[in-house]
Amino acid sequence: MNPPVSPPLLTQTLRGGGSWSMVLPRHTALRLTDPTGGANVAALFYNADRLTERYNMPDTLKAQHTAKLTAGHVLYSDIGRILCSITEDSLGWHDPIAGHSHAAMVLARYGEGTYQERRNDWFRNSHDLFLVELGKHGLGLRDLVPNANFFSKVVVQPDGTLTYVPGHSPPGSTVVLRMEMNVLVVLNTCQHPLDPDPVYAPAPVALEVHRAMPPSADDWCRNSCPENGRGFSNTETYFSLLPS
Amino acid sequence: MNTSLTSSPHDPARASYQTIVKAGDPWFFRITKGQTIRITDIEGNQAVDTLFYNAVDPTERYSADETIRSQGNIYLTAGSALLSNRHRPLLTITADTCGRHDSLGGGCSAESNTVRYSLDKKYMHSCRDSFLLGLSRAPVPMGIRDLVPNINFFMNVPVTPEGGLEFTDGISAPGRYVELLAERDVFCLISNCPQLNNPCNGYNPTPAGILIWD
Repeated sequence: MNPPVSPPLLTQTLRGGGSWSMVLPRHTALRLTDPTGGANVAALFYNADRLTERYNMPDTLKAQHTAKLTAGHVLYSDIGRILCSITEDSLGWHDPIAGHSHAAMVLARYGEGTYQERRNDWFRNSHDLFLVELGKHGLGLRDLVPNANFFSKVVVQPDGTLTYVPGHSPPGSTVVLRMEMNVLVVLNTCQHPLDPDPVYAPAPVALEVHRAMPPSADDWCRNSCPENGRGFSNTETYFSLLPS
Repeated sequence: MNTSLTSSPHDPARASYQTIVKAGDPWFFRITKGQTIRITDIEGNQAVDTLFYNAVDPTERYSADETIRSQGNIYLTAGSALLSNRHRPLLTITADTCGRHDSLGGGCSAESNTVRYSLDKKYMHSCRDSFLLGLSRAPVPMGIRDLVPNINFFMNVPVTPEGGLEFTDGISAPGRYVELLAERDVFCLISNCPQLNNPCNGYNPTPAGILIWD
C-alpha cells in the first residue's frame, strides 16, 4: 500500500447518475469514496496511449482465480498488462461480472424520467453514459466491454444463480486504484443493474486523485499471486521500451 | 450442480451444411435467421470458444454480462437467450446434452498465457490468435476492437459463493452437443481452443463438429 504523499491533485464529487472520464498518469492513485452508502461505480479502463488495449474481465478473473475484486487484486488489459492495482479497500468485494444498466431496464424499473420533465434529475443509465463518455475520446459501442462495479456485491450460488447483496457499502466505504499505466478511466454512478430498489436514487461518489509511489519489489499487489508478478513484469517491460 | 439435458429432434442426415473445425483452428461463418447450428464435442472435454455478431451491423455482438445478468445465472444451457450489447437475443440455445457452458472465462491469448503460466509460453497457440485470423475472413473490416468476452462451450469454470473461480476438468464427454437457433442473421466466430496449459481441453485439443439445419 502506498499512502498519499502529497495533497490531492484533484478532488471532485460526482453526483448520482453522473459520469466522468480522465486520463490518469502512471503511478497516480484514484480514491473512490461512497459518502452516503449504497453507491455503485461502473468503471472501464483503457491504455490511454493505445486505446484498443482495454480492461479485460475474464483475464482479470482467471489470472487471479477470483470472481470478486478487492485489495491485492489488479485489473488486467487484454494484452497481459496491468492497468491498475487495488491498493486499499474497506469493503472486501466489488462486482466484476454483472455489467451495467441500460435505458429499457431503467424505464421498466423506475418509470419514465425524461430530461424534459425532470431536467438534471432525469433518469440516467450506465450504458448511455458509457457511450457519451467514451465518445469524448473517439471511442464507441465497439469499445464498450464488461465493466467493474465498485461498491457492489453479487454472489454466485453453487448452481450459478446470481444474488445481489443489498446494503453492501456503508457510508464512508473507500477503494483506491493505483494506475500502473497511463490509463483512461471512464466511470459512472448509476445504480447497479441488479439493485432491486424500485426508486431511482443513485448515490454520489467522491473522487480524489493523488500521486502514488511506484510499486516496490515487495508490493502487495505484485506479490499476491505469481501471475501478478508476471503481469507487472510485462507492464514494466512495455514502459522500459517506450521513448522517455 | 443442478443441470438438465435437452436433446434435439434434428436429424444429422438432413443438415444443410456440415464441417469439422480441427483442434486449434478458427471458423467464421454466416448463419441466417431461422437456421439452427449444432456444435459437437466430438472426442470430449474440448472447449469451443465462440462469439456471435449481428451480420448486418457487427458492432452489435454477443454480450456476456447482458446474457448472464438477464438470466440471473452465470451458466448457459438450453433456454438461454444469447443477448447482444443492444440488449436483444442473437440466438437461443435450444438443445444441450452437456448441461452447462461457461461465459466468464473468456478466451486465451498469447499475452494472458504469459501471465497465467510463464513468460516463456508466449509462443504457444491461443484462441485470440485464431479469433483474429477468423475475423480477417469477415466481409466487412473487423478486428481486435470486436473481440469481447466469449462463450466457452463445453468448458467448466465453477465459481464459489466466496468469490473463487477456477478452471477444472470439463463436464462434457464424447458426442455431447449444443444447438442454437439464430434469432437474426449472425456471424459465428469460433476458435477451437488450442490451450495446452490447463484442463479446459483435457490437455489434448480435439476437433469440433458443426451441423446447420435450415
